[in-house]
Amino acid sequence: MIPYIACVLLFLIGLYVVISKRNLIKIVIGFSLIEYAVNLFFALVGFKKGALPPIVTQPEQVRMGVARHFVDPLPQALVLTAIVIGLSTTALMLSLAMRLYEKYKTFDISEIRKLKG
Amino acid sequence: MRGMSLIVQVITRLMVGMLLLYGGYIVLHGHLTPGGGFAGGVLIAAALILVSLAFGSVEQVERREYILSSILESSGGILFIALALAGYVAADYFFRNAGLYYIGKPLQMVSGGIIPLANIAIALKVGAGLFAIFLALGASRFVMKE
Amino acid sequence: MLELYLLLAVMLAAAVVASETRNLLAAAVALGLVGFSVAIMFILVQAPDLAIVQIVVETLTVVFFTAVILRTTEIDTTVTSGLKMETAMFVAAFLAFGGLFLSLIIGVLQELPKFGEPLMRVAQDYIQLGLERTGAANIVSAIILDFRGYDTLGEATVLFTAVVGVLTVLRLAERRKPGEF
Repeated sequence: MIPYIACVLLFLIGLYVVISKRNLIKIVIGFSLIEYAVNLFFALVGFKKGALPPIVTQPEQVRMGVARHFVDPLPQALVLTAIVIGLSTTALMLSLAMRLYEKYKTFDISEIRKLKG
Repeated sequence: MRGMSLIVQVITRLMVGMLLLYGGYIVLHGHLTPGGGFAGGVLIAAALILVSLAFGSVEQVERREYILSSILESSGGILFIALALAGYVAADYFFRNAGLYYIGKPLQMVSGGIIPLANIAIALKVGAGLFAIFLALGASRFVMKE
Repeated sequence: MLELYLLLAVMLAAAVVASETRNLLAAAVALGLVGFSVAIMFILVQAPDLAIVQIVVETLTVVFFTAVILRTTEIDTTVTSGLKMETAMFVAAFLAFGGLFLSLIIGVLQELPKFGEPLMRVAQDYIQLGLERTGAANIVSAIILDFRGYDTLGEATVLFTAVVGVLTVLRLAERRKPGEF
């Protein structure tokens, strides 16, 4: 239960950064923290105490039906693509932030909201 | 983009071959050991970024690298879709694996049917795409001028 | 499980540092620390695939952040010293919301199976049939490329869209003559 609560705390820290900070780079960092928290939560759900990573090294045992203890591989398969998607989303947000800096010369969103054109 | 000092250039020249070899190993053995297309592709992109940072580049070279990486990324995507459609055409349904390709003995390198080829396609796509993103974010001038 | 709790504490401390500091390069480095402790936690829960991907992706994230920060500015101009009234009220409001959120979600988390004993109904079939149906010894690879191949196709599409988006946004806008579209 305690690791799950720590993931929720990390999610809340990321949410606080997205809502209340005024610097664009800090907002992108907040989105990154939210993604890490969700990925970690998924991976922690599939943990089995005293089990092995999901790589089959002795195929005879699995075929006979005597399956050894393996960690749940399904959440790992879902998180694997989610990590790379998180990187591409961060890159897209950073490119937007850089373009805004080129035009307005500042990262402060209240200044950007004031200057028009 | 300016290059870096002489020590960094010498060490990069020694390390890049090993980084690319390790990335290729992770991609090709994706069905036997942990790793697969995503990890190997991102590692290959990191090796190319290291070369680009250590030696610097001028605008013409960056433009050529950008065109090459976009061609490689698209070909990786087309290869992945072609593998999936080949399962559709030759056998029952989309992405069908067994019965069409060589399954082979387990724990050998040539086994697993479509999985090593799909790993190579994914590694091409991810690696070239991330290198193109880095060129756009960190290059000296913007990459495309039209 | 002592290492897991220590790593969770390090991760939370680095997250607080990444959000409050004034120097943006320090924030990027603290974000890297969060990512690397997540990667070590992936190793501790027996997920080596995820650990490899998380380490290299975290390295590239810090490189992208540093590339953007070094091309623009590295001081955050919105952090002022001293405690203003509006930030204190906002923090108090967010703490109240956070307390409500946590109390509701603890009720939800008690419905999940205990940490360390997952129900593996679908995964049992994947483990039994994984090797003989696909021929791959790595069950996670067999899942993402054979049993659930559509998810990988969707991920390839998202990555392609992100690359096209970045290269479109950062294009150098050409000068237009007046009257021309």
